[in-house]
Formats: sequence, C-alpha cells, structure tokens
Amino acid sequence: MHTFKELKRSAKESLPDSVKSIRCALVGDTATQFLALALRGEARLRNLSVDLFEAEYNQVELQLLTPSSELFEHNPQFVILFQSTHKLLEHHALMDVEGQKRLAEERVGLIQDILSQPSMQGRKLLCYNYPEIDDAVFGNYASHVESSFLFQTRKLNYELMLLSQRHPELVVVDLASLQSAIGRERMFSPNVYMSTEMVLSIDSLPAIASRTVDAIAACTGSFKKCLILDLDNTMWGGVIGDDGLEGIQLGHGLGIGKAFTEFQQWVKKLRQRGIIICVASKNDDAVAREPFERHPEMVLRLEDIAVFQANWETKVDNIRTIQSILNISFDSMVFLDDNPFERSIVRENIPGITVPELPDDPALYLEYLYSLNLFETASYSTADKDRTKQYQVEAERVSLSRTFTNEDDFLKSLTMESVVSGFTAFNTPRVAQLSQRSNQFNLRTVRYSEADITSFAADNNIIDLAFTLKDKFGDNGLIAVVIMRALDSETLFVDTWFMSCRVLKRGMENFTLNTMVERARMGGYKRIIGEYLPTAKNAMVREHYPSLGFDAVEGEDGKYILDVTNYQPRHCHIAAITAYENT
Amino acid sequence: MERSAIFEKLNDIFCDVLDLDEVTLDEATSADDIDEWDSLSHIQLIVAIEKGFGIKFSSKEIITWKNVGQMVDSIAAKL
Repeated sequence: MHTFKELKRSAKESLPDSVKSIRCALVGDTATQFLALALRGEARLRNLSVDLFEAEYNQVELQLLTPSSELFEHNPQFVILFQSTHKLLEHHALMDVEGQKRLAEERVGLIQDILSQPSMQGRKLLCYNYPEIDDAVFGNYASHVESSFLFQTRKLNYELMLLSQRHPELVVVDLASLQSAIGRERMFSPNVYMSTEMVLSIDSLPAIASRTVDAIAACTGSFKKCLILDLDNTMWGGVIGDDGLEGIQLGHGLGIGKAFTEFQQWVKKLRQRGIIICVASKNDDAVAREPFERHPEMVLRLEDIAVFQANWETKVDNIRTIQSILNISFDSMVFLDDNPFERSIVRENIPGITVPELPDDPALYLEYLYSLNLFETASYSTADKDRTKQYQVEAERVSLSRTFTNEDDFLKSLTMESVVSGFTAFNTPRVAQLSQRSNQFNLRTVRYSEADITSFAADNNIIDLAFTLKDKFGDNGLIAVVIMRALDSETLFVDTWFMSCRVLKRGMENFTLNTMVERARMGGYKRIIGEYLPTAKNAMVREHYPSLGFDAVEGEDGKYILDVTNYQPRHCHIAAITAYENT
Repeated sequence: MERSAIFEKLNDIFCDVLDLDEVTLDEATSADDIDEWDSLSHIQLIVAIEKGFGIKFSSKEIITWKNVGQMVDSIAAKL
C-alpha cells in the first residue's frame, strides 16, 4: 500500500498520450478533494490514465439527476458516488420515527433513480457503501428497533448488495468492510473533520483509493485469473522431501498446520470461483504429488490443480511453461512463495506478474492476502467453475500434439465440433464476461455488458454469433464471439471479434470467418469490413485480417475489407452444429 | 524539548509534506508566506505533525492558529 504522500506526488505525473484514458467523475456529499487526489495517484501508479471530473461539493442530486449536468457533459464511463455515514446520521436525526424506519429504503430509492436515468446508460455507477457509526442511542438493543441508526445503516448496506444483483452496472465499493479491517479510529479523524468536512482520514485514503481503482481496473478488463503456488512452507509447513508425508505440518495436529489448512481452504474457494490454480515447486514430481493424493488433511487435491509443475528447473522456467499452456498474460498471474529469494527472481524475470511479499510467519498469510484484494472481478458465471478441467485437458492436448509431426493430422485427430448460435438468455452472461476479459485475441476491445448483449440479440441490424468448441478431450464451452453491424444493405462492419486464447491454432479463426461469410450471404450482404484497434495487449491479432484474405482499405489505417461474393471457404477441421433460430 | 528543536523538526516536516527543498520557519511564519501551504496541505501538515511528535491536536487548536509560533505553543504544551 502506498502512502498518501506518494499518491499525491504521482497524481501530478501524467502518462504518455498513447495510453487510453478512462473517463471518471466523482461526486460526494462531503469534501472529496483528497479522495480525488488519492484516486488519481493510485491510478497513475498502476499505469492507468484516469481523466477525472470532480463535481462541486454536495451536488449529488443536481449532477446525477440532471441529464445536462457538467458531470454528464464530461461523459464518464465511471461515476463514483461517495455519500458519507455522517450525512446519513444527520439526515436520520432530522426525521421522525416513521421517517427513520424508511431511511434505508429512501436512500436506496435515490440510487435506483440515478440508475434509471437515461443519461446513466452505458456508464457504471461505483457507489461506496456506509461504514457503520454506532451512535449508541439504543446500545445492543438497536437490533430490536427498526428506526435505530445502526439498524438502518446495516439494512442500507444489505439493500445496496441486493440492488447490485439486479443492476450489473452498479458496483458497490465496500468501505464498510474496509473499516472493519483497519478500524474506525484510522478511518475517521474527528479533529480534522471539524474544520474541513473531510470524513475520510488521510491515513485511510490510500486503502480506499486502492479498493476503488481495483473495481475500475476489473471493469476495464484488467484482473487476475491465475494463482501459482509454491509447495513447501507455502502450501504446508515443512519440506515434504525431508520431513515426509507424516512430518509436514497440516491440519489440526502438528505445529502450525492450522495456518496452512485455512490457507488451502481460501485457495479452494478461489478455485471454485474460477481462478486457475497451478503449482510450481522444486521437488521430485512423485514426492510433490504425494500429499495431494494421500494426506488426509489436504484440502486441495490434484483435481483442483490445472497445471502441476514439480521438477528441478527454475521457478521462472516453470511459470513460463504454465503461461504457455494457459495462454494468459503474465499480468493476470499471482505467484505465492514463502522464499524471498525465489520471489525476487520471479519478479525480476517475469514482468507484469504479481508477487506478494508474504509475511515470514505463515499465521499472517491470510490476513495479509485479504488486505491486498488481489482477485477483484467484474463478473462471475457458473461456467468459471469448469475451467480447471479445461486447462487440465489442455495440458494433455499439449502433450499429444508433441507426438504428431504434422499439425493438420493432429487437428484432424481432435474431431472438433462447434455449436454456432446467436446471443440467447442462456449464453448472454458468458458472452458479456468474455467481452470483459478478452484482451489478446480481441480486434477492437470494445467491452459490453449483459444489457448491451441482450439488446444486440434483438437488433435486426446486427448479426450476433457465439461459438463453442468441443473436441475428443472435452468441451471448451463458449470461446468466440462475433458482432457484425449493417452499415448499409450491402456492407457489414465487424464491431466485435474476440476469442479465448485457449483455442488458438485450431483453425477456429477460419471456421469463424466461414460462418460469418455464410451469414452475410444469407442476409444479401456483399462485403465485410473489419478493423484492428491496437491496445497494449492485442498485438497477436495485428495481422489477423490480412492473414484471412482481407484487403487493406486505402487511406483508412487498420481497416480491412473482404468481398463476400468471391469468398472460398477456408480450410479447417471443425464440424458446424448450427443452433440459431432467431435474428 | 527545546523550542528551537521543535522548530527544527517542523522544518523537516514542512519540507517533506510540501515537497520543499528547504524552509526556515519562525514564530511569525504563516500560510501567506509559503505558496504550497494551502487549506489542503494544511490538513496533511496537521496529520504529519501529530505523527511526528506523537501527539493529537484538539479541533479548536487546528482552527485557531494564526502562525507557526502558536502551532509550536500547542506542540510544546503537549510534550
């Protein structure tokens, strides 16, 4: 965590113009200058360029309920709303008992009104929840009294969570849990508040800014997908090669085994959430696997581990191997190791990877890891749960491909099938999620929400295509999406084309284009125009369109055109299973 | 702590918080004399001084200081 002073300093530095800026607006019911400064600084330290509009003090309703307000003129992607518990308490004090009973409802109503403004369309609302103030008017009895401040604050925080489940565009930034972690005394300085209207202490601002920028980063597609773990003294206490199966500390018996059991329970939950868990350990493979197979207190089992690398090569090499199997970028990986030496080598040799400085005492691992909020996400779908299996299958596939000398024979042997469909209620969450997270194989990197995807499905000017891919090893699920928009009766523009990197080099690009052309012909279109918009991460598809036979459009950088009438289907070994009936 | 020692320590804190290379505070120095000392950095100064000396100011003290001399009075009274 940075200090406020560091944030203030970095807030003054600007990033090169080539970094695309994220438009944000901040509005609050108390003084927010320091919060704004901290947000700018934190974003800058993460190399995010944030263009932040700061509304004047106490203009929440004016700015957010007026379509022509300065705030909306700034056209923010993210509206950050800070409403303090202090003002809420004041509001509560001015009400009669009947009003107090409806305080939470009334406040949630305001958020609902804001969300339903047409001017909020396409924007995210980042709304801080309310750290508790126990005014001790009722003491412990507050829980019995609906009109008590504590009852209403807790109800409000709960209702905000429910509201966010109905409105994907609402992100609740959890100040309440932050206050639980750092304490009210550190969160709030009464003496400073008196002269300034600042309810967030300088000491708490770095943590608050970090938590906020976590949410913004996740919504813009930057988040962690994979956790790579060392074994000895990280996963269990002791050294399996020396101490043996009975000697390692794990579970409620030996030494500090409890610390490692609880750590593993946390990792298991991450696995269930969809984080890919991998192992990188300096050990003999069989020795390293033994606890996973035979130790009764192990929480994690081999089926939880997507890629298991135990050998005597360097951690750097093993992490690179893991990366080549998973095909995700290093900056979406976290590496945990108790050994400071290994951490430093990994950090130096693998740019982008996150390597937390684990405390010396394993008892402190979890509290420390909680405080980092490493696994912020902007979406969650049940398909995430199956990912470990898919990556295990991919590791098998990689080893099979080594036995084929001819790539074409290998692809043929996979007996691949793809289900092609439009966007449906069933696949919309997954399509939106992929839209948020695909960085590398993504031609234009336009992010769409579930609401956007639903509206495309109903739009007659749009051809929406979702592709799955299955082979003899298993089902990859939904892996590619194309959105084509009609510019006129003869021309389609490829607004979106992205694909999961898991299915690279399978001929899926050819199959996708064959399908696109077929659909274009059915609609009577004559040409397809594609566009490549470069980002820091999508260089792999720079030559995508030319390599598929598109011609560059003269005078328009990054645009390519394909004549549909003369198109010859491209070679691939994927059988189509068509499932679309709508559009 | 000697009054001069308090001044010396304050010089360091001011430099650190306001990003100044050097500053010489005296009894009469006020926010008018230092460009970087505005209402926002004033709050940072208070927090940094509280930490530096291991003391807490009352809210009344924070709004009544007219110059560094009075600030030093508050600090000295708490040490």
